[in-house]
Amino acid sequence: MKLIIRKLITLIITLLVISFLSFAAFSLIPGDAALTRLGQDATPQQLAALRAEMGLDDPLPERYADWLAGALRGDFGESYRYEGTTVASLLSQRLPVTVLLAVLSLIMITAVSLPLGIACARYSGKWLDILVNQLTQLAMAIPPFFLGMILTYVFGLTLRWFQPGDFTQPSEDLAACLSYLAFPALAVALPKIAMVVRFLRGSVLSEMGKDYVRTAFSKGNSENGVLYGHVLGNAMIPVVTFFAMVIAEILAGSIVVEQVFSVPGVGRLLISSISDRDYPVVQAIVLYVAAATVLINFAVDLLYQLLDPRVREA
Amino acid sequence: MKKNHLLLGVMTFLLSAALCACGGGKNAEESSAGAAQTDAGAQESGNTLSEGTPVPGGRLVFGMTQDLASLDPHIETDAGTRDVVFNLYEGLVKPASDGSFLPAVASDYVISDDAKVYTFTLRDGITFHDGTPVTIEDVKYSIDRYAEIQGESSAFSIVSEAVIVDEKTLEIHLKESYSELLPMMTLAIIPAANDDPAGTPVGTGPFRFVSYTPGQNLILEKYDGYWQEGLPSLDEVEFKFIADVDTAYMELQAGTIDILKYLTAAQAQTLSGDYQIVEGSMNLVHAMYLNSEYGPLSDARVRQALCYAVDRDAVNQFLFGGKSRIIGSHMIPAMSVYYEPEAAGVYTYDPQKARELLAEAGYPDGFDLTITVPSSYSQHVDTAQIIAEQLSQVGVRASISQVEWSSWLENVYQGGEFEATVIGFDGTLAPSDWLMKYTTGDTKNFMHYSNEEYDRVFEEAYASVDETVKAEKYKEAQMILARDAAAVYIEDPVNLVAVSRNFGGYTFYPTAAEDMSLIYQIGQ
Amino acid sequence: MKRKKNYSLTVGGTLTLVFLLFALVGQVWTPYSPTAMDSTAVCLFPCAAHPMGTDNFGRDILSRVMEGSGSTFFVAICTVLIGGAFGTLIGALTGYFGGRADNLVMRFNDILLSFPSILLALIFVSLLGPGRYNIILALGVLFIPSFARIVRSEVIRFRELDFVRSARIMGAGPLRIIFFHILPNARVSILTAAAIGFNNAVLAEASMSYLSLGIQPPDPSLGRMLSEAQSYLFQAPWYAIFPGLTIILIVLGFSMVSEGLRAIRE
Repeated sequence: MKLIIRKLITLIITLLVISFLSFAAFSLIPGDAALTRLGQDATPQQLAALRAEMGLDDPLPERYADWLAGALRGDFGESYRYEGTTVASLLSQRLPVTVLLAVLSLIMITAVSLPLGIACARYSGKWLDILVNQLTQLAMAIPPFFLGMILTYVFGLTLRWFQPGDFTQPSEDLAACLSYLAFPALAVALPKIAMVVRFLRGSVLSEMGKDYVRTAFSKGNSENGVLYGHVLGNAMIPVVTFFAMVIAEILAGSIVVEQVFSVPGVGRLLISSISDRDYPVVQAIVLYVAAATVLINFAVDLLYQLLDPRVREA
Repeated sequence: MKKNHLLLGVMTFLLSAALCACGGGKNAEESSAGAAQTDAGAQESGNTLSEGTPVPGGRLVFGMTQDLASLDPHIETDAGTRDVVFNLYEGLVKPASDGSFLPAVASDYVISDDAKVYTFTLRDGITFHDGTPVTIEDVKYSIDRYAEIQGESSAFSIVSEAVIVDEKTLEIHLKESYSELLPMMTLAIIPAANDDPAGTPVGTGPFRFVSYTPGQNLILEKYDGYWQEGLPSLDEVEFKFIADVDTAYMELQAGTIDILKYLTAAQAQTLSGDYQIVEGSMNLVHAMYLNSEYGPLSDARVRQALCYAVDRDAVNQFLFGGKSRIIGSHMIPAMSVYYEPEAAGVYTYDPQKARELLAEAGYPDGFDLTITVPSSYSQHVDTAQIIAEQLSQVGVRASISQVEWSSWLENVYQGGEFEATVIGFDGTLAPSDWLMKYTTGDTKNFMHYSNEEYDRVFEEAYASVDETVKAEKYKEAQMILARDAAAVYIEDPVNLVAVSRNFGGYTFYPTAAEDMSLIYQIGQ
Repeated sequence: MKRKKNYSLTVGGTLTLVFLLFALVGQVWTPYSPTAMDSTAVCLFPCAAHPMGTDNFGRDILSRVMEGSGSTFFVAICTVLIGGAFGTLIGALTGYFGGRADNLVMRFNDILLSFPSILLALIFVSLLGPGRYNIILALGVLFIPSFARIVRSEVIRFRELDFVRSARIMGAGPLRIIFFHILPNARVSILTAAAIGFNNAVLAEASMSYLSLGIQPPDPSLGRMLSEAQSYLFQAPWYAIFPGLTIILIVLGFSMVSEGLRAIRE
């Protein structure tokens, strides 16, 4: 319990540090949000008035404090770019799409990599293992956006299984939305599948080499019996931690992939907000990614303790 | 962001224009409907695409590669936004596709002989989208609101006041004679009672607002009470925002959008038969603008050398398949009354001559030149790449610095801190809007260009009420810019628009306007 | 088992060497100038004169891939050197001395590591502006934590071993022990980390350039070429295929090397 509280405190401090650092960083960037909004023809008076209205003239700590107070109430302010639109409403349009994309790729990763990883360990050194080894190495070497381009070319332009750009909002037609998202999800998932397969295989194999497994074999258990009865549970522990990392990377990987497939998710919003100097939006997204990452790690820590009692003492 | 081919961007920056954008040539001393002097933007293929039998109704999806800046019509926005809101709002007058002005919210107007008082008569029975009649107070409110938002140093400050004469008549009083006011009077007339014009836009245009989802789409529907009989034909229009041109092009191929503009020559060529390609002009002065205060560039011979070293035809060939109009000064051909065609011939591609001029100016081994371009606009990045390669042939070591659009605005456009930059400028149909930025000390003179002779000629043109004299002087001003090589002018890029064969009536305007009211569905 | 280790290392090493050579040659000689444009040879299908075809400006793709690979190697090597040098230093010192500083640095490290690196790099480059050296700086700094963590754990592992103890008894100072006794023994781990770091750097540079935040034109970069090629995917797929394939093979070479190294360590 004490450990959990300590972790929680670290979690909060981490989020505060990240939010302040990114807030400060975006204040230093060249590029003036007021100017971007007014365009080439802005007169100095218009600029000054808008800067004052947007609070750009206040000192940094004051602006951060204001922002934090709002953020705690779930109010991330108004977008600079889209006048009269709150950051929260922009994010709430995009978030379901990105979450859906992440969940879809997570399902793909789990569905493919768990059985494949176990099979590779089970038949280690056999042709399946060798083949998968080569393929996973290749999959990890493909930049996600190039993979996205290949998928677009093959399935979008040549086979016409999906219409590039014809994205349907999940609220309108969930099935159409999912059938579109399947391709970007595949682009996100493929390199991660490779990583998880390799990691899982390694984890199972190293577990197989341990004393208790030899004991189990010596008691006359079959290979499958040992594998599923003893080894897998223990081998999964490091895999769970690894999965947390993979989820964080899915969130990041989707930034580029959303760009390639023009999926209107958080990643696209982030890129366009960086270009538009829409700090309130960027700030909220950075906080969202940070919070997601930190919370997932926290959840994994908890899970870890459930799975492996030994950690509790540490 | 980023990438992509051509032009998407063309739009944003071109905020150069005063909001109104439009308007036309002569007007003084003439009453009522516009004097129509300029040639419309569209060239070779005529400015209207129309064939097949019109069928009323239908829904059209218009692909936009850029989101809207704001739906508040009085706020300074980019050309892309103006293209769209053209359908929602109207001014006392509105631009026609030939560059003249049609009476809109006003049914008639009279300009005094000294061009100091403009008198407008409100159209009978005209209503806003919510059904309420337009009153003369709404008109005055709109003009006052626009003036206030524009601020005191804007071009609109020439208006001293708007005076209500009676419930049908309004006079605009100017501080001094100015015959180029009509383009400004296209400013949107909105109801005084609406306190949130950006959130719930209400105007008098052919379409009314249904919904706006940032980053996704804007949906408009037909306004049944529109004052022009029989318009619009379509029931609903969706402006769909697609982040980049490649994706937009893919959507076009997939058939999910009906109209997409700014195609590359290559894209236009490979497009399937479901679409036809209409050619117009982007109405931009696309050029490499130079900072006259940067060491080597302060010498006119060096600037001239750059003009000789750049092969404009090659740029045109690579980017537009040779379909763009080559220009030689800061004016587009569509402004036919004021356009000086001879400027385009001042320089020809001549690397040898360029090397001689450089040597003469004391740079026999060339010099370093950084070309700053906004990264989101591939048209500019590509042009800069071609120019950099051509300049290397005469010894000028050009490097390209891509910056975010916002830092381009701040550092290059507002700060004037750059050596050279590739960008396109649009403008209103008022010629002064194009040329004023070269006068010494003008707030938009980010090039730090200064030429006494130019200042004098421009001032004469600006103050002139006589159209012939005005046009002569503006042409003279353009030749000065060309000979002095104020910038390396390249072209007014061709605008290749793909229009689904299910629709007809696509019309080019010589200013920022995508008129959906003229488009109709074609019966099978 | 033995033969398989060699296989990874041999194939990976060969692949890496071939591309390194390819990139090095590209620095001094290319069939055409990588920036020379030719309006008569736009988007040509691969042929004898242009083995990888030409792009939308009629530039020779082979020449551009050669020079672009050079940029890729340069960025990746510099990044790994920065990340490796500072990471090793920080990891070695904190690992050897431990204590409060160690705790603080590692806590900070964990925060950085838990954050997606592409997002950090994006923020970094938005701050510094795009360009080759800023990319190197941004990625280099981002790689410090992972090196620090690996080196730290190696140092802790070796710290209490007999040969280190005996060196200490013979009067060797801490720096001498770290640099002459511990680190040489940790070289395989560091090399493995470097190979992985190299891969991440190549992929990150490509992604950043794809988002046009990396290397600036007219300098060719593989990521940038891909981003430009996307517009011509239908018309000239070879424009995308060759730069993409080059990235894949470079990354593949290094990941096989790192796998070979890992096998040696085990």
